Amino acid sequence: MKVKILGPGCKNCQALEKEVINALAELGVAADVEKVEDMNKIMEHDVLMTPGLVINEKVKVSGRVPKIDEIKKWIEEENS
Amino acid sequence: MKEVQKLAILAAVFLAAYYIPFDHPQVKASITEAFLMLQEYAREHVLHCLIPAFFIAGAIANFISQGSVIRYFGGAAHKVLAYSVASVSGTVLAVCSCTVLPLFTGIYKKGAGLGPAIAFLYSGPAINILAIILTARVLGWQLGVARALGAVIFAVVIGLIMNYLYQKEEENRASVSLENMVEQPEEKRSQWQNLSYFLVLILILVFAAWGRPEEAAGFWYSVYQVKWYMVGALLLILGYMVWRWFDREDRVSWVSSTWEFAQQILPLLFAGVLAAGLLMGRPESDAGLIPVEYIEALVGGNSLEANLVASVLGALMYFATLTEVPILQGLLGSGMGQGPALALLLAGPALSLPNMLVIRSVLGNKKTAIFIVLVAIMATLSGMIYGHIVA
Repeated sequence: MKVKILGPGCKNCQALEKEVINALAELGVAADVEKVEDMNKIMEHDVLMTPGLVINEKVKVSGRVPKIDEIKKWIEEENS
Repeated sequence: MKEVQKLAILAAVFLAAYYIPFDHPQVKASITEAFLMLQEYAREHVLHCLIPAFFIAGAIANFISQGSVIRYFGGAAHKVLAYSVASVSGTVLAVCSCTVLPLFTGIYKKGAGLGPAIAFLYSGPAINILAIILTARVLGWQLGVARALGAVIFAVVIGLIMNYLYQKEEENRASVSLENMVEQPEEKRSQWQNLSYFLVLILILVFAAWGRPEEAAGFWYSVYQVKWYMVGALLLILGYMVWRWFDREDRVSWVSSTWEFAQQILPLLFAGVLAAGLLMGRPESDAGLIPVEYIEALVGGNSLEANLVASVLGALMYFATLTEVPILQGLLGSGMGQGPALALLLAGPALSLPNMLVIRSVLGNKKTAIFIVLVAIMATLSGMIYGHIVA
C-alpha cells in the first residue's frame, strides 16, 4: 500500500503524518509513507487545501486533520 | 536539530554574552525599552484585542465553509466575480499560511487563472482578520482601513496587469471546476445562527477594544464607562449560543484552533515586540539602538525615496504573522512618515525572500520578477497617495 501526505510542511501536515503512522502501527499494516511537499506535485492530486491524505492514489481527505478512526477505516478499505 | 547547529547556537549565545557592552547607557536604556514595550502590549493589547481576535480567527477557520468561497475560483467562474472574491477572500481563507500557497497554486493551475491567483496571493496576508484588527488597534484605524482598502484595490490591479501580460498563455490553459476538489461539510446551523454568532464575537472585540476618549463626557465616554458590562452581557449571550447551537465536536475544534493560532502567533509576536523595542524604543522615547536621525533620514516625510525605500525593505524582509505591527509602531514613533508606513505594510507581509522562492517554484523566474516589481511600485505609489491625503 502507498500512502502520501500532502502539505508544504505546516503544523497540521506534521500532525496528520503522526496520526497516519500511529494508525498504520495500530493496525499492523505495512505501507510506504511518503511526504509530498512540492506544490506542483500536490496539485497533481487536485488538492486545494492542505493537509491532504492520499492512499493508493485516491484522495481520502483534504483541508483538515482527520481523526485516527477515520484514517484506520480508509486504510482497511484500501488494504482489503 | 543537528549537533553542529546546536553548537553554533551555543557559540553565538556565548559570544553575545561575552561581548555585548551591557553597562553602556544606551544598551541599558534600549533593553529596558524593549521590556517596557512588551509590558505595554501585555497590558493594553492582549486581553482587549488579541484574545478576542484569536477566537474570531478560530471561528472563521472552523465554521465558514471554505468550499463556498472556492467555487468562485473555478475556470468557468465569471471573471469579475473571480477577481472580486479573490481580492477579499483573504479575510476568511488566509488565516493560516498553510492554506495560502496550495490555494494559490490551485487557482493558477486548475482554476480561474493567473490574475485571480495573484490577486489572492497579494491580498491574503494583508487583509487577514488578525492583521487588520491589530493594525487598527495599535497603529490607528486610519492606517488599518488604508491597509485593507489598499490591499484589495492593488490586488485587483496587479492581478489584471499580470493577466494582461500573459494573455496568450492564459487562453490555452485548461481549467476545471474546483468545486469537486473541496469537501463540502454538512451544515449544522442556519445562516442567521452563524451570522448572529459572528456578530456577537465581533461586538465583544469592539467593546473590549474600546479606547478611553480624551474628553470625559459625551457618548463615546459613556460607552467606555460601561464597556466591561457590555462585554459581560455579550459573553453570556455567546455562552448561550455555544451551549444551544454547537455540539461537542464543534466546541472542541473551535477552542483547539483558537489555541493553535495563539500558539503559533504569540511567541513570534512577543519576540517582534522585544526586537522593535530594542531597536527603536517606544514611540517618542528615542532610546532604541538605532538613532532617530537615521530613521528620519531614510523613511521620514513622504518623499518618493522614503516610500521606495520602505517598500523595497518591506519586500525583502520576512515578517512573521503580525510582527510587522510592533516594528512599524517603533518606526513610526522614531519619525517614519505615514505614507512610507503604508508602503511597508502593503509590500511587507505579501512578500519576503523565503516566500519569493516558493512563488518562483510555481510561477517561474520571469513572472515572479514581474510580480515583485509590480508590488514594489504599487506599494510606493499608494504610500505616496496616502501620505498626501493624511498630510
